[in-house]
Amino acid sequence: MSGNKKNEYVSYLEHQGKYKGIFSWIFTLDHKRIGLIYMYAIIVLFSIGALMGLLMRIELIAPGETIMKPQTYNGMFTVHGIIMIFMVVIPGLSVVFGNFFLPILIGAKDVAFPKLNRFSWWVYITGCGLAIASQFMQNGPPDTGWTFYAPYSTTTGSNVIMATFAAFVLGFSSILTGLNFIVTIHQMRAPGMKFFNMPLFSWAIYATAWTQLLATPIVGITLLMLIAERLFGIGFFNPSLGGDPVLFQHLFWIYSHPAVYIMILPALGVITEIIPTFCQKKIYGYKAIALSSLAIAGVGFLVWGHHMFTSGMSDQARWFFSFLTFLVAVPSAIKVFNWLATMYKGSIDLKPPFLYALSFIFLFTIGGTTGLLLGSVATDVQVHDTAFVVAHFHYIIFGGMGFAFFAAIHYWLPKMYGRMYNMKRATIAWGINFVGFNLLYFPQFILGIEGMPRRYFDYLPQFQPLEVVSTIGGFILIGGLIFMISNLVQGARKGEIAPANPWHGTTLEWQIPSPPPLENFDEAPIINPNPYDYK
Amino acid sequence: MSEKEIHIEVHRDDEASKLGMWLFIFTELLLFGGLFLVYTVFRAEYPQNFHEGSLELSVTIGAINTIALLFSSMTVAMALSAIQKNNRKLAMRLIAVTLLMALIFLFNKYIEWSMKFEHGLYPGSPLMPHLGRGDLMFFSLYFFMTGLHALHIIVGMVLLTMCFFKIKNGTLNYQKYIHLENGALYWHLVDLIWIFLFPLLYLIT
Repeated sequence: MSGNKKNEYVSYLEHQGKYKGIFSWIFTLDHKRIGLIYMYAIIVLFSIGALMGLLMRIELIAPGETIMKPQTYNGMFTVHGIIMIFMVVIPGLSVVFGNFFLPILIGAKDVAFPKLNRFSWWVYITGCGLAIASQFMQNGPPDTGWTFYAPYSTTTGSNVIMATFAAFVLGFSSILTGLNFIVTIHQMRAPGMKFFNMPLFSWAIYATAWTQLLATPIVGITLLMLIAERLFGIGFFNPSLGGDPVLFQHLFWIYSHPAVYIMILPALGVITEIIPTFCQKKIYGYKAIALSSLAIAGVGFLVWGHHMFTSGMSDQARWFFSFLTFLVAVPSAIKVFNWLATMYKGSIDLKPPFLYALSFIFLFTIGGTTGLLLGSVATDVQVHDTAFVVAHFHYIIFGGMGFAFFAAIHYWLPKMYGRMYNMKRATIAWGINFVGFNLLYFPQFILGIEGMPRRYFDYLPQFQPLEVVSTIGGFILIGGLIFMISNLVQGARKGEIAPANPWHGTTLEWQIPSPPPLENFDEAPIINPNPYDYK
Repeated sequence: MSEKEIHIEVHRDDEASKLGMWLFIFTELLLFGGLFLVYTVFRAEYPQNFHEGSLELSVTIGAINTIALLFSSMTVAMALSAIQKNNRKLAMRLIAVTLLMALIFLFNKYIEWSMKFEHGLYPGSPLMPHLGRGDLMFFSLYFFMTGLHALHIIVGMVLLTMCFFKIKNGTLNYQKYIHLENGALYWHLVDLIWIFLFPLLYLIT
C-alpha cells in the first residue's frame, strides 16, 4: 500500500470488489488475481510432488526395501506423475503467466471470457481435489503409472476410476483455458496491435492454446472409455474381452504427446521474452520464432507413435514416426539458434531471470538431444523403459519447463507484486538448483544405458554408487528450491518497492505501474509495431 | 476503495462469444472423433458381428429419431430468425417445439434401450460376457455412443430451456440474442453427430 503514495491509481491487489477476504480471490473475475491463485495452487501441488520425488530417491539410495514397501512405491510414482503432469506442468506457465500477462502483453483489459476463466479455475481445483482424494480412499492409491496403460489399469484394484476422472476434469479445465486464450488473442488485441506486433510469449500461448483445444478431447474420451470399461466390463482395451491395449496407447499418446508441447511451448515463449530484455537487443528472427511455435505445435500432433516403438507397431509406422520426431528438432533448433544470435553482441546482464534462461537452454539442449536417441528406433529399443527415459523427460520437463517457470517468476515477480526479491540470494539459489538438478538426473542417463529399469523399487548392487549420487542431488535440489521459494515469498511480501520497469524491458507490461492497475491500462496503450525496440 | 467503474464486467463482444462456441464445438467433434476412431478399428476387426449387431437395431425408430432431430434443428434456426425480427411469442413457441422434438427423441431412445435391457443386452449384464467378442464390442459401442449423445441432447435441452425463460423475462431480445445463437449452434452439433451415428450403427450392414 505504501508503494502508491505518489500515484493516484488503484492496483489490482488493493481494489475492493463485491467480496472480501479470501472470497475476493476465489470469486474474482480479474485475470491477474486468477493467475495468482493458479500459482498458489501450483506451488502447493509442486511441493507435494517434489516431496514424493524425494521419498522415492531415498527409497532408491540402497537396494532392497529402504523406507517403503513395493506397493507404496508404485503408488508413489503414479501419484508423483499425476500431480506433476496433470496439475503442475500442463497448466503451469500457461495458466499462471498466460493469465496474468497475455492480456497485458496484447494491450487488453482482461481475457475474452472472465467468467469462464474463473470457472476454469474452479474446475481445476475440483480436479485436483479428486486426484488427491484418490490417494486416500480405501482401495489405495492408483498404481498404474500416470499413463494408465491398459489392460492393467482395467483390472487393478486400486483407485483408478477416481484418478482417471480427475484427469478428465483437469483436461476440461485445460480446454476452457485454451479456448479463452485463442478468443482473447483474436478479439482483444489493442487497436494497432497486429498478430506480428505481439510479443512472442503471446505467440507461444496461442500455439499452446490450439494444442490444448485440439488434443485434450481425445484423451477425455479415452479416459471415459477406461472408466466405462472398469464400471461395466466393456472390453475396449482388454484383449480377453476382445479389445486392444495398443489402441489405448495410441489414443492416450495422441493427446499426451502434444501435451508435452503444451508444457514446453509457453516455456520457450518465456525464454524468448527474457533474452532480449537482458541483452537489451532486438530479438533475432521474430517471425521465425513466432512461426516455429506453430510448427512445433503442428508437427507435435503427428509424432505420438514414438512412445510405442516397443509396443507392437509395423516397421513402416515406426520409421515414419521416427522421421516425424526428428522433424520436431528443426523448429526447436530455430528457436535456440535465434536466442543465441540475439545474445551475440548484446549488453548481457547476468541477473537471476537471465541465469535461469541460460540454464534452461543448457538443460533443454541436453534433454532435446537425448530425445533424438529415444526417437530413433534402434537406440530406443535399447533404452526403452529405463532410467534413461526418466532422465530425458526430467531434463525436458523440469529442466525445461520447470526452470522456465522459475525464470518467469524471477522476471515478472516485481511486476506482479510491485516488490523485488533479494538478488544475491536468488543467484545463490539458482546455483544450488542448477548443480542439484544435474547431480540428480545426469547419473540416471548412465544408469539407464547400463540397464536400470524405470519404475523399479529395487536394483542390482552395481547401480548403487550412481543411485547414491542421484539421491544426494535430490537433497541439494530440494534445499535449493526451499531457499528459492522462501526468498521469493519474502520478496513478494516485504521486499523493496520495485520500479515499474526494473529490467528496462520494452513490452507493454513494463509500461504500466507495478503492481498493475485493476484494468491494466488506465490510458490506451501506445503500440509500438516492434515489441522489442531496443536502441 | 475505488469508485471506479469496472469496464470489463459490462464488456460485451458477440463475435468473441460466437468464436468461443465454434471452438467448443470443435472440441466436441473431436471427443466423438475419438469414438468414431474406436468404432472404425473394431468394425474392421469384427465386420461380421457388427453386421449382425446392426440388424438387431430398429431402423424405424432410428429413422423417426433422425427426422425428429432434423426437424428440431430447423425449428431452432427459425426461433433465432423470429427473435431477430422481434417476434418473441413465435420464438418461444418454436423453442418449445424444438424441446418437444428432443423429448420425442429421448422417449424413443428409452424404448430402444429398454428393449435391449429386456434381452439382457446392456453393459455389465450377466449375459454380455457370454456373447462373442465382436457382439460385445458392438453393443458396448452402441450404448456408449448413443448414451454420450443422449447426454449431449440433455445438455442442449437445458441450454434451450434457459433461452426460453430468458426470452420470457426479456433478457434475451432482438438486440441481444447471442445466447440463443450459441444454443442453436450447439443444437446443430447434437444433430450433426446423430447424422453420423445413425448410419454407422443402424444402416451399414
